[in-house]
This record gives sequence, C-alpha cells and structure tokens, in this order.
Amino acid sequence: MTTMGEECRAVRIFFTGVGGQGTLVATRLVGEAALEEGMPVTLSEIHGMAQRGGVVESSVVVGDIFSPIIADGEADILMAFEPVETLRALPKCHSGTIVISNTVPIVPFTVAVGQSVYPSHETIYSLVMERVCKVVEVDAVALARKAGSDRAANVAMVGVLAGMDRLAISEASWREALSRVLPPRLFDLNWKAFDLGRKCGSGS
Amino acid sequence: MHELLTPGNGAKLLLLGNEAIVRGALEANVRFVAAYPGTPSSEIIDRFAQLGDEAGVYVEYSVNEKISMETACAAAVSGVRSLCSMKHVGLNVAADAFMTLAYVGVKAGMVIVVADDPSLHSSQNEQDNRYFAKMAGVPMLEPSTPEEAREMTIRAFEISEKHGIPCMLRTTTRVNHCRGPVSLGMLPTEKPEPRFEKDPFNLVVVPMVGRKLRLALLEKLERMREDAERSPFNVVSGGGSWGIVTSGVSYLYVRDAVRDLGLEGRVKILKLGFSFPYPRRVVREFIEGLEKVLVVEELEPFHEEALCVTAQEVGSFVLVGGKGGDLIPRAFELDVVRVKRGVSRFFGVEYEPPEVFSIPELPQRPPNLCPGCPHRATYHSVKKVFGEEAIYPTDIGCYTLGLLPPLRMADFLICMGSSVSTAGGFSKVLDRPVVAFIGDSTFFHGGLPGLVNSVSHDHRILLVILDNGTTAMTGHQPHPGVELTPRGKVEPKVSIEAVVRGFGIRKIATVNPLQVKKTQETLERMRSELQAPGVSVLIAKSPCPLFENRMLGKKQKVVFEVQPDCDLCKQCLEELGCPAFVWEGAGTAGECVRINPALCSGCSVCAQVCKSVKPRRIDESGGAQ
Repeated sequence: MTTMGEECRAVRIFFTGVGGQGTLVATRLVGEAALEEGMPVTLSEIHGMAQRGGVVESSVVVGDIFSPIIADGEADILMAFEPVETLRALPKCHSGTIVISNTVPIVPFTVAVGQSVYPSHETIYSLVMERVCKVVEVDAVALARKAGSDRAANVAMVGVLAGMDRLAISEASWREALSRVLPPRLFDLNWKAFDLGRKCGSGS
Repeated sequence: MHELLTPGNGAKLLLLGNEAIVRGALEANVRFVAAYPGTPSSEIIDRFAQLGDEAGVYVEYSVNEKISMETACAAAVSGVRSLCSMKHVGLNVAADAFMTLAYVGVKAGMVIVVADDPSLHSSQNEQDNRYFAKMAGVPMLEPSTPEEAREMTIRAFEISEKHGIPCMLRTTTRVNHCRGPVSLGMLPTEKPEPRFEKDPFNLVVVPMVGRKLRLALLEKLERMREDAERSPFNVVSGGGSWGIVTSGVSYLYVRDAVRDLGLEGRVKILKLGFSFPYPRRVVREFIEGLEKVLVVEELEPFHEEALCVTAQEVGSFVLVGGKGGDLIPRAFELDVVRVKRGVSRFFGVEYEPPEVFSIPELPQRPPNLCPGCPHRATYHSVKKVFGEEAIYPTDIGCYTLGLLPPLRMADFLICMGSSVSTAGGFSKVLDRPVVAFIGDSTFFHGGLPGLVNSVSHDHRILLVILDNGTTAMTGHQPHPGVELTPRGKVEPKVSIEAVVRGFGIRKIATVNPLQVKKTQETLERMRSELQAPGVSVLIAKSPCPLFENRMLGKKQKVVFEVQPDCDLCKQCLEELGCPAFVWEGAGTAGECVRINPALCSGCSVCAQVCKSVKPRRIDESGGAQ
C-alpha cells in the first residue's frame, strides 16, 4: 500500500469506459472528494457521443499540475471500467501506473456481429500486467449487485480507488462528495457499493 | 434552488467551464440568453434553461445561431445585458449578423460565447474563430480555466458595455468541458430598466450609415486596444532571455512544460487573455531584449502572425518560432507532451518524451444508433426501396451515424442544412434518384431555405425528414416542432407537415418508420412519383425512445427473442445493425443469433423483418433485464 507524502503530490487519474457506465459520475465523485479535501483538482470530460455506446474518456488531475488533460504515458492511475477498454487505454500508462480494471466485458457491436474478435481475459490482462506496476482486477458489477444494484458499479470502482489510499482523502470527504453527486435516495445503496469496493482496494 | 444560484459566500463549486460562464453571466446581471445547442457549448444554454425562471432571465432555444445572435442583440440594444453561445461552426451561420453587429453595436453588455473544438471531438472541422474576432473588429477574451471563464465572462460584459460593441468569449473544448473549483461572487438583485431610443441614423445600416459606423469602429478598435494594453488578463510571469507567448488552455501546458523541463528562471511567459485587439505595447515590451520567442497556441498561427508584425514594427530581430519547423503542431489539440517537445526543440534543451506502450489491434467501439432508434428503421426501408443506386445527401444529428456499416446511408455532408440544397444540385447533374435525409431540429435550423429553393426550381428529389421530436444528439433540447414535454403531449408550435404543405409541396406523406411494411409501401409510391419533376417529402415520424422515456416515463412491455427456427441467414445483422443483436458461437454447432434482452427496446422492427423473431411479455416482477 502506498501513502502520500507530506505535500500534495500530483496524481493523474485517467478514466475510460463505455457510454452508460457512469464513468463521468465516477470522475465527478473523485473530483468533489478532492475539492472537499482542499486539494487542487481539475477534471476533464468529453461529452457528445456518450449515449451512443462509444468509448467515454475523462480525467482527474490532483495536485500542483496545470494541464487539465493527460497525455500518453502520463497516467498514474488508470480507472478502466471494461476489459478491452483497459487495454485500449494502455498508451496512457507508464511503468509505474496502477491499473484498476472492471473485469466484466461489454461486447462491442463490431464483435457482436462478427466483424472482430473480443480478446481473451488472459490476453488483455497479461499485456497490461507486462507494462505497468500493478493491476487490480475487480468484478465491480458483482460488488454493486451485492450492494443492491448493478448500476452502482461505477461507485464501487471509485471505492476500490479509495481503498488503495493513493489519494489522501478522508472518509468524511468521500461521504460528502457522494452526497453531492447523487440524489439522496440513492446514497445508502451507493455508499454500500463504495464500501465494498474500498475493502476490495485495501486488501489488494 | 439551482446549484448555479448558490449565494456568493466565498464557497467554491466544482463547475464545468460552461457552468462557470453561466455563473459569471448571472453575476454580471445577464437577463436575456438565446442559443442553438452545439457541442462543446450546449451546457451553457441548457443550464440557463434550467434556472431561467428562478433567476429572472429570459432564455430561449433559438432555431439557429444567427437567430440567437439577432434576438439577443435586440435585448442588448434595449439596455438589457444579453448572451448568446454557440459551437465554432455556429458562428459561420451567425456571421452575417456578427460582422455588422460590430458596426451597429449595443447599449448594454452583450457576450458572444464561441466554443472551438480542436481535434474535432464532435464537429465537422476545427476552424479557429479568433480570426472572426479580428475580421469583425470585436474584442475577444480567451480563458484558460473554468475559474477564469467566470471572471472573463463578467469582464466581457463590462468591456462590451463600455465600448458599445459585443465581446467575444472564445473557448475551446478543454475549457468548456473541464471541471474545476470556481469561486462564487455576489448575484445582483436589481433589474435593468429596458429602454429603446429611436436612432435610425446609427441603428439602420444603409450605406451612408455603414460608412460612418465603419470609421467609428476603427476608432473604437484603438480605444479597446488601450484597454487590452492595461488588462490584467495579459500577464507576464517568470524571467530570462527566452520568451513564450501563449493563450487559452495552451498556457496550462506551457506552465507544466517550463517547470518539468527545468526552464524556470530562463523563460518568461506572456499569457494573452484579452487577446484582440492585440496589445502591441505589451508584446513589444515583452520581446525587448529577448533572444528568441516561441508562440504556443492551438490551431492557427494567430498570435504568432501578430507577434511577427509587432516585432517588425519596432525593428526587432527576435527569433520567432511557432507553427513552422515541427515545433507546435497546427492540427488537433495540444497536450503537455506535444508542448514539451516543441519547447525543448526550439530552445535546444533536452527532453525525453515518455515511452508510449503500443497495443494490438482491438475491436472498434464506434458510436451507434441506439437500439429502438427510429432512424435505423427509416434507413432500412429507404435502402430496401432505393438501394445502392440512389445518392443520399445527409445532415447533422444522430442520424449522421447512418454513415457506418451496415447501414451505409450517407453519401454527402458539409454543414447544417446542406442535405436539401446539395440534393437539389445532385438532381440536376446526375441521372440517379436523390434521397436526402434531414433531422427535425436541423430542418428548422438550416433546411427551410434549401427546401424553398428546391421547390422553386422543381428539383427532382425526395427529402426524408427524420422527425424524432427533439434535438437528440446534443441532449434532447426542444425545437419549434416539439410535441412531448414534461407535462405530456402538446400541439407543436410549428408543424413540420404544415410548413412543407405551405411551401406548395403536394407530394407529402407522413409515416411511422417503426411500421416497416407501411413505410416501404409509401416509399414505393414516392419512388414512382419521382419520375415527374418536383420535390417529394416523407416525414418519418417516431419519437427518440430515450427522450420519450424521459418525458412520459413509459414502461417497456415486451422484449424480442430469436426463435429456434432461425436459419442463420444473418440478414438482421447485415441489414439492420441493431446493437442488441449478438452473434454467438461462430463456426460451432451452437452458432446462433441472440437478442440481448438488456439492450432490446421492444421497437419490433426486427420482428417485422424476420419471421423468426417473436415478442415476449416482460413480467411485472422481474422484467427481462
């Protein structure tokens, strides 16, 4: 487990997933928590095609960095919400990157109709593991289901990130951030998903 | 209370650049906002639409950018601060108004937000609209961050009001769609008193008035330049014998690059925020004594050219670098790695770019028309009837995705509204059927004049209006033909069919494209009608299912399933391309086509195309999901 140094060290977190997975909410959640903690933070999102099943990328940059986006080879943490998207985002990583990857595939349409083949779990993760410092594989959908709804998988993923303790963000700030990002009626379920993710992250 | 109306108590909110612009405008007492949505600017008008009533701001989704600018300028001419926002290509539509509004000017502050899209994340080109400010002679501010976007919006109103001319706030995607901490200032409570004074010899631009205003604008430009010279948005930091001039989001990359390359103390940076009229004195003083200057900006060499002119004026021999010589790329957005590469090359310092891991070829995940999208059904039927021979000019919206296989129903597109007018042109030179596609919102935005033109010239075309009842692509904004509202179904303010009829078109039909047989029969009839000259119009009307769901909260009753008698002809995959379809076990005994029940929307189009697809009722308890 890594902990932060005295000063607010810069951390670049790259998010990738498929439209509809709630990656932008997850991005916002990390951003709000960092802001609540008093850290300098910038988020970057690309809107527009998210609803049409395309790849959705976003980023959170914490600490004394000006650039709002993450160039290739610069992500310190990769939050990948889908296996093949984990591999697609590998160019964003460097040898010290920590990868948190949801292992539940969302089969692209091009695969469903037989135009291309979805790589095997082993192919994907061995290629990623060869390059980066650490890969945490999570069945985020199972965690979310345990909490009460598959849809909370995005929050479970953020829980894993919180559990790894790379960001010095307190539990109170995470709670505050979650209550700011989601409607009150969804708080308990999502907090449970967050907590299950966190346990998973701290154990890894 | 809307989040953006939070009282200014020193707190900071994590806001999108677009939301920060809204907040800034509210703090500057904006009372009139008009826009046509367009990525990356849409959240500006969307947030205003959410909070307008509560904040006492008149908000309208105008039918296009030109209309929004004209509507908003009337408010500003009447003493009411106004704002209009648009994506970069929207300014092309509004250019006619923009160029002469610069002459006529405004009484109260007017801000025109123009959102450029370097890298074409959601656009058809990546034009650099800073040239528009220069061409029109309109002052321009270029923010770098959401916080600065808020502050500059407030100043933009002040600059506009002081000089009696609209002020352009020029953003890029990475400012509009960045989210950062934004401090909240006080929200004003006093309402402006609208007032219009008749002054035709300054407000009605006939040639003699235009000549006078032209000269006045040139004088104004010099006064505005004085403001730019003194503006705190044009700021120098660092020191040394080398210089970097930059603006907008590029400034952020420059700051990181200078630090990471260990150039602090060797390079001074000029950040241009109030960047047109060009602050020549500031730039002159900046380059004095420097050995070399690099201009770091996205897209065109806008500041670079101005810098070269300024250097020449004072006889400076400073070496200027920028877009040439493999330093700062002209195409697509910058990032810190691209900037470090340019900076290190220009100043001759060492830099090793990070190793970039390569990956094998992966299955593509292009955006796709959603399951149940009525556009897919329309395309399928038109293709059945008109085949590969017809030319299919298309337009801008979700339906442009019909370009992709397996539908491949798009042959030509340049801009909003071009479907109709280019169809007319094709029909005159080619001896092939021409079938054009345009969405409902785009029809109102830019399709009307083209259609009138085709009617008056007897163009032999079939125009298919894909009417899904909303502006779907940009997030379901309303348009004049909207029938579904949160309060239920209403009469449209403007009926598309009545408009088409009013143009004198007689060959009109309206179909529900989800009824496949009926649609194809209608299309067959219209194909034979195309033998005679003149315009035919088919209105393919069926609401966007996502929008209908949001408005009416309709529960899905059935999902569709492939039955065991499926003969694996795969026409469903090859002709419909619905993302709910999955082909499994290719080449094995278990090979089959399946419908993913979690994605099926129950539209029934596949069941009308294939007898092996049958519905199954979703039971009340568990559902099919």
